[in-house]
Amino acid sequence: MTLQLDARVPTGPLGDKWNKHRFEMKLVNPANKRKSTIIVVGSGLAGAAGAATMSELGYKVKCFCFQDSPRRAHSIAAQGGINAAKNYQNDGDSVYRLFYDTVKGGDFRSREANVYRLAEVSVNIIDQCVAQGVPFAREYGGLLANRSFGGAQVSRTFYARGQTGQQLLLGAYQALERQIERKGVTMYPRTEMLDLVVIDGKARGIVTRNLVTGAIESHVADAVVLASGGYGNVFFLSTNAQGSNATAIWRAYKRGAGFANPCYTQIHPTCIPVSGEYQSKLTLMSESLRNDGRVWVPKKQGDKRDPRQIPENERDYYLERKYPSFGNLAPRDIASRAAKEVCDEGRGVGDSGLGVYLDFGDAIKRVGADVIRERYGNLFEMYQRITNENPYEVPMLIYPAVHYTMGGLWVDYNLMSTIEGLHVTGEANFSDHGANRLGASALMQGLADGYFVIPNTVGDYLASNKPEKVDASHPEFKAAEEQVAQRTKKLLSIDGKRTVMSFHRELGKIMWDYCGMARNEAGLQKALGLVRALRGEYWRNVNVPGSDVELNQALEKAGRVADFLELGELMIIDALHRKESCGGHFREESQTADGEALRDDENFAYVAAWEYAGEGKPPILNKEPLVFENVKLSQRSYK
Amino acid sequence: MRFRLHVWRQSGPDQPGKMVQYEATDVSPDMSFLEMLDVVNQGLTERGEVPIAFDHDCREGICCSCSLMINGIAHGPMKGTATCQLHMRSFKDGATIYIEPWRARAFPVIKDLAVDRSALDRIVQAGGFITAPTGGAQDANSILVSKESVDAAMDAAQCIGCGACVAACPNASASLFTAAKITHLGLLPQGQPERYRRALSMVEQMDLESFGSCTLHGECQEACPKEISIDSITRMNRDFIRAGVWGTRPWHWLFGVRLRRSDQLPVRSPD
Repeated sequence: MTLQLDARVPTGPLGDKWNKHRFEMKLVNPANKRKSTIIVVGSGLAGAAGAATMSELGYKVKCFCFQDSPRRAHSIAAQGGINAAKNYQNDGDSVYRLFYDTVKGGDFRSREANVYRLAEVSVNIIDQCVAQGVPFAREYGGLLANRSFGGAQVSRTFYARGQTGQQLLLGAYQALERQIERKGVTMYPRTEMLDLVVIDGKARGIVTRNLVTGAIESHVADAVVLASGGYGNVFFLSTNAQGSNATAIWRAYKRGAGFANPCYTQIHPTCIPVSGEYQSKLTLMSESLRNDGRVWVPKKQGDKRDPRQIPENERDYYLERKYPSFGNLAPRDIASRAAKEVCDEGRGVGDSGLGVYLDFGDAIKRVGADVIRERYGNLFEMYQRITNENPYEVPMLIYPAVHYTMGGLWVDYNLMSTIEGLHVTGEANFSDHGANRLGASALMQGLADGYFVIPNTVGDYLASNKPEKVDASHPEFKAAEEQVAQRTKKLLSIDGKRTVMSFHRELGKIMWDYCGMARNEAGLQKALGLVRALRGEYWRNVNVPGSDVELNQALEKAGRVADFLELGELMIIDALHRKESCGGHFREESQTADGEALRDDENFAYVAAWEYAGEGKPPILNKEPLVFENVKLSQRSYK
Repeated sequence: MRFRLHVWRQSGPDQPGKMVQYEATDVSPDMSFLEMLDVVNQGLTERGEVPIAFDHDCREGICCSCSLMINGIAHGPMKGTATCQLHMRSFKDGATIYIEPWRARAFPVIKDLAVDRSALDRIVQAGGFITAPTGGAQDANSILVSKESVDAAMDAAQCIGCGACVAACPNASASLFTAAKITHLGLLPQGQPERYRRALSMVEQMDLESFGSCTLHGECQEACPKEISIDSITRMNRDFIRAGVWGTRPWHWLFGVRLRRSDQLPVRSPD
């Protein structure tokens, strides 16, 4: 082990850590804040919230996104809601309960102190968002409404119809635009980070490509924040946006940042099933639907009858049967595996046999179609548009799909990676969700990191480290620019026979088949060989048309897929090494008698932070032991 | 299914563009419109031609990177649907389809079907927010908002900023976009202190960006993938005029050329 994995968790009781730490952190005086430049890569919830807040504090911020506007970051697509321990429903919620649910939901593979802080600031997030004008759903009396989500027995999820992510992002985006107008933030849309520049062990800037002109540019800063999202697109078909990519975090990894738990991927149980070869993405149907929808398959194998013709006693409501206390609101990893199990038994429905029903018949009978329309109208419309079927009349057909990645760059309590001055927020880091994220917690984490954590901890870093003055003429910047330009030229010059998309699709299939919902030693070994061979072919046979001095979407994609081909291998290596099952990582060799994930706390209660060892060399495993002082480790049960 | 496509090709902002004809074959009715274009692009790449550039990202109708005038209709023939959610089953097999970028002076073409919509961001910068720096907020439930108000605010807040309203408008006006934000924030108690300043600044910026004026054709609400109503434009005009009447501007200013950014000037609230 060569990485320093000091989590820098403050001492003292769990409930006092963050407060105490805020007092102990050093402050930067307002005059000096104006002299410090902070780079933020990504403009989703974590990025926009962080950039806006740090600008409000007085720092000079440069914010980068590859989309044409920061408002288009993929946080916008989050549907169901955001958790907060407000206990407005008086149903027994508390900061501690949210903390506990999140640690347990993550199958005891997250860091206690980070999760507690997340639960603590969750209440401030709702206040902040309401002040910005986020139109959360309300009761007739004018108070905020809540709904339930998976993995919890309380109602703590705040929502704005089925577009919560959109409304939260627009709130953060508007705060960001306000700062742009005041010249506190310089925004660089249609710009992609292609390398990180580290000088004397400290992150000092990034190299970018302007996606419209192709210009390669250096940007110098005193601290860098990566808020560039997750890497679910390794699987080609996922609920991520087409542009979502791992390039920023992957380049940081290659510059020395540890990559933690890359094999932890979340497969979301309720997505619209794949319909054909040409398909470019999968669409999520919010988990909130499981509040009213009941999941079932026929009891008989190969039952091809119209679902409406199948009588009640020939249906298997398998989630309600197996997990009576959580029922249809079992956590995502468990609900996904249960769906796979019934499909493997030959009881799956739909043309491909890879689907289960999500049925609103009972709910419509109970509360009426109008109430259901009010709760989920836009989701039902979206479903109908894609599948051409009316979910008010026919049960929805759903199947699990890749949705989120819990793994990401390793960070300490201050959200700083193993490279000094390089901070990582939101889905791009690994810190809060362990091996499985609970629904409505991604929005919470993105905003907690952006609004409340990073503005404090970056200040502490700047106050404790007086970085030397450098500019873009520094040899490290020049060398990084040169490497980026070389790589771009290389991709354009291969002039092979296969399109980037065909490689991406093949990589996705390998990952889904062998490193997806269930994994085993033999399959992972096989996948390792396949991914390496595919990467070899990629650099010999990819065809990237066009030039590097214009808008060239094929070239953008080619760079991202090249990185996915490397990251995919690391995910497989991590999945191979973690011989236990936990959360979203299910090793077939490690399961209980009734087929649930079986952890091995004695040998695997640690964070695996992988370190880049150089081209062609195997990555080095570093371990951060997970210490549980407040929560008792137990077999996770939702029965 | 198969289609004959006429696609606008333009290699750069200052280059002349033209319609070019392509054949799309082996199209499945379950493909989305953008997936059909993916297939066309795959073919172009394999033949060594430059693929068609078009903006797209989430492909679930919410980020609205996607645009496209399809047979002269913004986002194509299906009402309340963004291009990425439009499926080929909405077209007749063998049909001819014309695909063009958003056309407006304020949206210059970058390449082929991709346009620069940053003017919309600048309208938001001018005042499309509630000033609430992080940290100062009171408990969320201490602000009561009636369900009716929040539902109406949400109807307007759904705007995805695609620019279809501009593309559909014969005057290339961004009134629906601007009005949707003014309505969303103006309907909430939190939005009241800046309500009139916001209306002034945003409308002024809209004019500066060389969008046209609104003459209430209503094409925008027909094209809007979120079906936002032009009632919001009435609301915007009302707020704008009230701001002018009670504010420090002379009356004729409202109807004359508006040149200066209003937020440097004090605007008195009528309430």
